[in-house]
Amino acid sequence: MTSLRIRRPGRLAAEAVTLLVAAAVAFPLYWMVLSAFKPAGEIQSTEPRPWTLSPSLDSFRRVFEQQEFGRYFLNSLIVAGTVVLASALIAFLAATAVTRFRFRFRTTLLIMFLVAQMVPVEALTIPLFFLMRDAGQLNTLGSLILPHIAFSLPFAIWMLRGFVKAVPEALEEQAQIDGASRTRFLWQILFPLVFPGLVATSVFSFISTWNDFLFAKSFIISDTSQSTLPMALLVFFKPDENDWGGIMAGSTVMTVPVLVFFVLVQRRLVSGLGGAVKD
Amino acid sequence: MTTQLTATGRRPGATTPPAPRPARRGGPRGHRPWTPWLYLLPALAVLGGLLVYPVYQLGLISFLEYTQAQVSGGEPTSFKGFGNYTALFADPQFRQVLLATVLFAAACVVTTLAVGCALAVLLTRVRALPRFVLMMAALGAWATPAVTGSTVWVFLFDPDFGPVNKLLGLGDFSWTYGRYSAFALVLLEVVWCSFPFVMVTVYAGIKAIPSEVLEAAALDGASQWRIWRSVMAPVLRPILVVVTIQSIIWDFKVFTQIYVMTNGGGIAGQNLVLNVYAYQKAFASSQYSLGSAIGVVMLLILLAVTLVYLRLLRRQGEEL
Repeated sequence: MTSLRIRRPGRLAAEAVTLLVAAAVAFPLYWMVLSAFKPAGEIQSTEPRPWTLSPSLDSFRRVFEQQEFGRYFLNSLIVAGTVVLASALIAFLAATAVTRFRFRFRTTLLIMFLVAQMVPVEALTIPLFFLMRDAGQLNTLGSLILPHIAFSLPFAIWMLRGFVKAVPEALEEQAQIDGASRTRFLWQILFPLVFPGLVATSVFSFISTWNDFLFAKSFIISDTSQSTLPMALLVFFKPDENDWGGIMAGSTVMTVPVLVFFVLVQRRLVSGLGGAVKD
Repeated sequence: MTTQLTATGRRPGATTPPAPRPARRGGPRGHRPWTPWLYLLPALAVLGGLLVYPVYQLGLISFLEYTQAQVSGGEPTSFKGFGNYTALFADPQFRQVLLATVLFAAACVVTTLAVGCALAVLLTRVRALPRFVLMMAALGAWATPAVTGSTVWVFLFDPDFGPVNKLLGLGDFSWTYGRYSAFALVLLEVVWCSFPFVMVTVYAGIKAIPSEVLEAAALDGASQWRIWRSVMAPVLRPILVVVTIQSIIWDFKVFTQIYVMTNGGGIAGQNLVLNVYAYQKAFASSQYSLGSAIGVVMLLILLAVTLVYLRLLRRQGEEL
C-alpha cells in the first residue's frame, strides 16, 4: 500500500506528460484539418487562432474545381490499388515457395530479398527513367505501378513468410487425403488462412505507393492528366504567395485515406508485426 | 516505410516458437522440383526487370559520359571509366553535401531513437487511457504521407501565418532562410513521422520483459535511467539494433522532406542531401552519369550498413 501511495503522484505526472506529448504530436494534423476548413481571411491572418467560428468549404471547393483534384485522387487510388493487389498475389506465391518447399538457393534467395529492401529506390530513378522511356511508358500510370510493385515485393515476401509458416503442414496433408489438388489447396485453403497477413502487408505497399513523390515527379513529366496527388499538391506552392488554404485542404484529402486505412487494419497490423517479429 | 521489422530476431524472454518440421526436398508432397520455381517466377521476373536490371544500369551509366547530348542521340556514348567518380570527389560541393548528409542523418537517427525510447518507457508507466491517446496520436503521425507532413510543418513554421513563431514570439523569423534552422525544421518533421515506429517497437519489446525483473530493480531503488541502462537496454539489444539500422537507412535517404520543405535543396543548395543532389544533377542539369555516380555512392554506403546489420543478426542468432 505504501509503495502504491508513493508512486501515485509519479504516475499522475507521467500521465500528464503523456497527454501533453500526445497533444503536441497530434497538433500538426489538427492544424492541417483546421486550416483546411478556415475561411481565407483567417488563414491569411497574422494572428492565427487555434479554432474557427465560421468553418467553410471554400478551400476544398477550390482544390477540386481548379486543380482537378478528383482526377488525381482517382489516379493515386488506381496506382496504389493495383500495386497492393498485384504485390499481394505475387508475394503470396513467392512466400509459399520459400516456406513450404526446400530447394537449392533457397537461403540465397532469402538473403537477396533482405538485401533488396535496402536498395535506395531513389538512386534507381535515373535508370528507371530510361527504362520507362524505352518502353514508351513515360507519362502513364504504368510507369508508377510497375516499379512500386517491384519495390514493395521484397518486404512483402519477407513479412508473409511468417504467416505462411504458421499454417500447419498437417492441414496440407489432410487436404491431399481429401483429394484436393495443389492449386485448390493453395487458393481455397492456404490463401484465406494467410489473408490477415496479406492485409497487414498491404498497408506498407499502399502507404509507400500513395506517398510516392519522386517517381511521380520524374516519370509523369508532361501529361498532367496522369498526375498523382503529391504532384498536384505542389501546384499550390507559388513563388509569390502560397495558397495555404488550398495546400491544407489538399493535404487533408491526401492524408485521410491513409489514416482510415491505418485505423481499420491497426489490430491486424500489430498482430501481423508481432508475428513477424517473433519469427 | 517499415521494412526490416521482420528480421528482428527472437526476443530474449519471449518463448521461441516450435521449430517447423523440416520440409522434404521437392515440397511437402514430394512434388516436381520445379514447382517452387514456378511459384517464384512472377516475383523473380518483376524483381529482375525492375530492380536488378536498373541497379546494373545505374552502375553502367556512372561509368559513361551521359548527358543531354547522348540522350537525344546527338553525340555517341563514350566510356569514361572512373572519370565521373574522380570528378565527383574533386567537387567541393559534393564533399560538402556528403558531409551534410551524414551529419543530418546522424542527428535524425539519434533524436528519433532518444524520443522513441523515452516515450516507450513512459508508456509502460501510465494507465491504459493516456497510453491509448498517445498511441493514436503517434499512429496518426506515422500514417501521414511525407509530402503532406512536410507541407503542414512548413505551414506551422511559416513566418507570416504560422502559429509557432507567434507562440514563441519569434516575429517574422524565417526558418528556411538559414542553413541550420532549415535543417532543424526538416529534422523536426523527420523525427515526428519516424519516432512512432521506434516507440511502438521498443514498447512491444519492453512488454516482453517479465515485470518481476523491473519491479525488483525498482524495489532495489534503481533510478529510471539506471533501470533503462542496466536492465532494459541489454535485453532490448536485438530490437534496438533493428530500429537503429532501419532509422539509418531511412534518414540517409530523406528526399521528400528536403525537397518540399526547402524547395528543392534550400537557398543556393545549402540544404542539399545526396538523394536530392543526385536528382538535381540528373534531372535538372541533365548530367545523368554524375547523378548515377552519386546513386552508386549511396548504394555502397547503404550496402555497408546492410552488411553490418546481417552480421549483427547472425551474431544474435548464435547467442540465442
